[in-house]
Amino acid sequence: MGRVFSRPEKSKIYLQQTLREIETLGLNSVGIVIIISVFIGAVITLQTRYNLESSWIPLYLIGLTARDTLLLEFSSTMVGLILAGKVGSNIASEIGTMRITEQIDALEMMGINSASYLILPKILASMIFNPFLTLISMFVGLIGGWLAVVFTGALPTADYIYGIQYLFVPFYITYALVKTVVYAFIITSVSAFYGYNVQGGALEVGRSSTRGVVYSSILILLADLVLTQMMLA
Amino acid sequence: MIKVENLIKIFSGVTVLEDISVTFDKGKTNLIIGRSGSGKTVLMKCIVGLHEVDGGSVFYNDRNFVSMDFRERKEIRREIGMLFQGGALFDSLNVEENVMFPLNMFTEMSFEEKLERTNTCLRRVDLADVNRLYPGELSGGMKKRVAIARAIVENPKYLFCDEPNSGLDPKTALVIDDLISEITHEYDITTVINTHDMNSVMEIGEKVVFIHEGRKEWEGTREEILDADNENLNDFVFASNFAKKIKSLTA
Repeated sequence: MGRVFSRPEKSKIYLQQTLREIETLGLNSVGIVIIISVFIGAVITLQTRYNLESSWIPLYLIGLTARDTLLLEFSSTMVGLILAGKVGSNIASEIGTMRITEQIDALEMMGINSASYLILPKILASMIFNPFLTLISMFVGLIGGWLAVVFTGALPTADYIYGIQYLFVPFYITYALVKTVVYAFIITSVSAFYGYNVQGGALEVGRSSTRGVVYSSILILLADLVLTQMMLA
Repeated sequence: MIKVENLIKIFSGVTVLEDISVTFDKGKTNLIIGRSGSGKTVLMKCIVGLHEVDGGSVFYNDRNFVSMDFRERKEIRREIGMLFQGGALFDSLNVEENVMFPLNMFTEMSFEEKLERTNTCLRRVDLADVNRLYPGELSGGMKKRVAIARAIVENPKYLFCDEPNSGLDPKTALVIDDLISEITHEYDITTVINTHDMNSVMEIGEKVVFIHEGRKEWEGTREEILDADNENLNDFVFASNFAKKIKSLTA
C-alpha cells in the first residue's frame, strides 16, 4: 500500500490515467446503476404498498419509506455491492492479466512504480466518481417508484410525491456519500491487491477476480455496519 | 559491460541459481543458453532486479546494482531496454503509444519530438503504417518488433531479451535475431539474450554461456561450442537425431 501512495513519477500522466479510469470505471457504470435503481425503486415502492395494507397508515408513508430505503441503504450499499462485482472483477482481471503477461514487469523495468501507476488512478477515480453514481441512483430510484405508482395506481401520485419530501433529513445524503467513498476505496484497493499479486496463468486470474469481488463485498458489509453505528447511532 | 559475481537465488528453500559468475561484454550479443527450467530466465530477472538475489553481486560498469535502493536502481533501469518473451506490450495502448510510453514518462520532449523518435525506432525495426494498431491486431513477429522499438526508444546502454524467438517461425526468428544483433553493434550496447534456440546461437552468439540446473557449466563462442567437451552442453546442442548425425559425419 505504501508503494501505491508514493509520489508519482509524472503528475500529468497520472492525471490523464485518472480521467481515463473515471470513464472506464465510473461513466461506463452509469447505465447499469440507472437500470437497477429504476427497478429497485419501483419494487420497493410496490412492496411497501402491499405490506402496509392498513387504513391506519397514511399512504404518503409509502413514499417516505421508499425514499429512506434508497437514501440510507440501497443507493450506497447495494450499488456498492453491484459495483464490487462489475468494477472489482474488471480491476482484478485487468491487473492480473498484466501481471501474467509481464506488462507489470515491463513497467518496473522502465523504472516506473507499477503499483502506484496502475492502482492509484483507479482508487482516485472511484472515490471521485462513485458519489455521483450514488446520487444518480437515489434520483433514478425515486423516479422508478413514481413510475410504479403511475402505472399500477397502487397509491395516488400526490401521496407518493408528498411522502418522498416528508420529514427529509439532509444528513442521510451525507451519510450515504461517506459510505460510498469508503466502499469505493475498498472495491478498488482489494480487487487491485488480488490482481497485482496473481501468480500463474489464466485460471489464477479468474480466481483472483473472484476473490477480489468476494472479499470486497464482505468488507463493504462490515464497513456498512461500522459506519452506521458511527454516524447514525 | 555487466559483471555477475557469485550470484545465488533460492526459491522456497530450493537453490535455483548456484554461485554464478559471468561477464557480459559491451558491443556484443551475449547469449545465455540452457534447457527449459535451467534457470536462464531467473538469472536474467536477477540481473535486472525483477527478482531479489540471495547472494552475490551484479555490476553495471562497476556500479553494484544489488546494493542499490529503489531510487538508484531507477536510474540504472533507465539505461536498460528489455524485450520480454511475449513482448509485454500494453494492451490498452496502440503501437505508437506503446513505443512513446517511456518518453512520455521520463522526458520533457514535445509531442512532435517524441513522435519523430517513435517513428525512427519503428522504421529501425522495419515497421511502417502500424502506429494506430493495437497489440491484439499484430502478429507475433510484429509484436516482437514493436517491443524492440520500445526497448531502444530511450537509447539504452543495456538490452535484455528473454526468449526473443519463442513462438516465431524459423525465418521470422532469424529476422529478429539479425535485428537484435544489428542494433547491438550499431548502438554499441551490451546485449544479453536468453534462448534455447541453436539457430540463434550459431547466427548471433558472440559470447555464449551455458546454464545447466542452475549452474554455469560452460562459456565460450559459437565457434567453440561445437567442439566443447562438456557432456551436458553436448546433450543440449546435439539434442536432435539430425544434429547427432551431422556431428558423427563431421567427426
